Amino acid sequence: MSGAAPLPIALPILAAGGAVMLRHRIPWPRALGLGTIVVHLALATAFVLATRTGEVLAVQVGDWPAPFAIALVLDPFSALMLLVAGVMVLVCTAFAIARGEDHRPFFYPLVLVLLAGVSGAFITADLFNLFVFFEVMLIASYVLLTMGAGARQIRHGIIYVMTNLLASTVFLIGTGVMYGVTGTVNMAELAAGDPATAGAAFAGALLLVSFGVKASLVPVHGWLPSSYPHASPAVAALFSGLLTKVGVYALFRVYSVVFGGAPQFRAALLAIAGATMLVGVFGAIGGEAMRSILSFHIVSQVGYMIMGLGLFGPLGLAGGIFYILHHIVVKTSLFLAAGAVETYQGTGALARLGGMARSHPVLAVGFSVSAFSLAGLPPFSGFFAKLVLVRAAFGSGSYAIAGISIVVSFFTLLSMLKIWNGVFWGRPQEEDGAHAAPPARAALVAPGVLLAVVSVTMAVFAQQMFELSSTAADVLVDPAGYVDAVLGGSR
Amino acid sequence: MTGAFVVGLLVAAGTYLVLQRGIVRVALGFVLLGHAANVLLVLSGGAGRRGAPLVGGGADAPADPLPQAFALTAIVIGFAMTAFILALAYRGRDVIGGDDVEDAESDDS
Repeated sequence: MSGAAPLPIALPILAAGGAVMLRHRIPWPRALGLGTIVVHLALATAFVLATRTGEVLAVQVGDWPAPFAIALVLDPFSALMLLVAGVMVLVCTAFAIARGEDHRPFFYPLVLVLLAGVSGAFITADLFNLFVFFEVMLIASYVLLTMGAGARQIRHGIIYVMTNLLASTVFLIGTGVMYGVTGTVNMAELAAGDPATAGAAFAGALLLVSFGVKASLVPVHGWLPSSYPHASPAVAALFSGLLTKVGVYALFRVYSVVFGGAPQFRAALLAIAGATMLVGVFGAIGGEAMRSILSFHIVSQVGYMIMGLGLFGPLGLAGGIFYILHHIVVKTSLFLAAGAVETYQGTGALARLGGMARSHPVLAVGFSVSAFSLAGLPPFSGFFAKLVLVRAAFGSGSYAIAGISIVVSFFTLLSMLKIWNGVFWGRPQEEDGAHAAPPARAALVAPGVLLAVVSVTMAVFAQQMFELSSTAADVLVDPAGYVDAVLGGSR
Repeated sequence: MTGAFVVGLLVAAGTYLVLQRGIVRVALGFVLLGHAANVLLVLSGGAGRRGAPLVGGGADAPADPLPQAFALTAIVIGFAMTAFILALAYRGRDVIGGDDVEDAESDDS
């Protein structure tokens, strides 16, 4: 089973090459793309089933001896992330097909390379290899973001490209310093080192900044609301669910395994989490277009995940992981709903929309389910995830962050109501040449509603989700299993 | 010591350029920052070790091959990124009418 670990990376890259070569033979790119994503999904499901009891599987690429080899590790956390990533890519590709975006040249190769990069980032156990997979993922995202190459894409894509280039350079410098100080970049080997030395702390700070940019933490969050609202809707939905979460995952992994949850950094992490939650939600309240508000929400919700990380401990990390899984599903669902609205009406500006609940009831219901889940209302999945986080906060005496998270939930609900009032409620705006609302197309609405159903399922099975998250968190709290799997040379 | 000085100089120059207006200057800034990172990577293997890292070949202070591999990978990645950002700048010249993206916020939703 562990021998299949390189497949989620290798298959999409090979398929991307095939899709490039066959890009003018019309049914092939789509068939290759969808087929590979489905295979990836099947593999990820098998990995989740294999690791659900907390087992950690590792394979040394190239069969070199540990710790010189690059290890690919499947532990419960990375297997769950692989699974969710596969689901998101599949659903967003279905939405892109419904919108006709997949006819753009190189769409499938880029999505497949993105999938390969994301998968590699989730399962690698080597810091420099993480950098490489980040870059693979980023280059695909740069091209996807600026596809169409109009003035708007160039202007806002440039911001995204520059910010991430800077983050990548900082990551590289951090890795270099880490190697210089400790002599290794293998995460399992680093786990044995002392995180409190000046050199390691400096390298860790650089890595934190780099991952923080990627995850859109305050104060380096500004790129996200500047670029996501201007991507094409399917691409924005794909990014919203995946890219920031790779940064969050890297933070979780490096902080837990490499730094062993060093208590010196926890206060800083909690402070950053609180600031991120607040800044994100206030930005959301001030937004004037659907996707601007939702983009600020991504910032705010990442704060919750980092809150789980800062609390550390089995309950805090379990809450963080549960939140990551819930948020990927819900946020992608919201972006897909916003994309459907933009496809129907040609705009996402709240001032120019209205009354869509009457004409598109299924879309409205799907949106409201996801919106309530994001705000943390019971009985949706967001409520359970936030409950775990708040309980962890009370358990460790961090009342301030618990209070902030509850207040931010109210403001999140407020901003969601703003979208609801602006887009779905009331009367349709009478524009010059007033057009009737276009008829509902199932293919456009289905992906978002499907993910809303998934999030409801997560809420129904909240206990099982919590247990899965706890199993994943246990490997993070005590990385001994991770270290043994990598350094013990198990295959 | 020289190495640290070089890295510092490159980072300073790169940071200055990255903060300029104009995509091409920013791209050059990233090129310099990438060079700084690569020099740092090579230095992290030990600046004094210059021997050939061959198995059984007898240099007394063999250089550490791993950071050199890191640097090669990073150079290639940086090359691809530079090519892309320059392509964006080239396209931007046709579409925006110049090198400047400062007024990026004056836009529709």
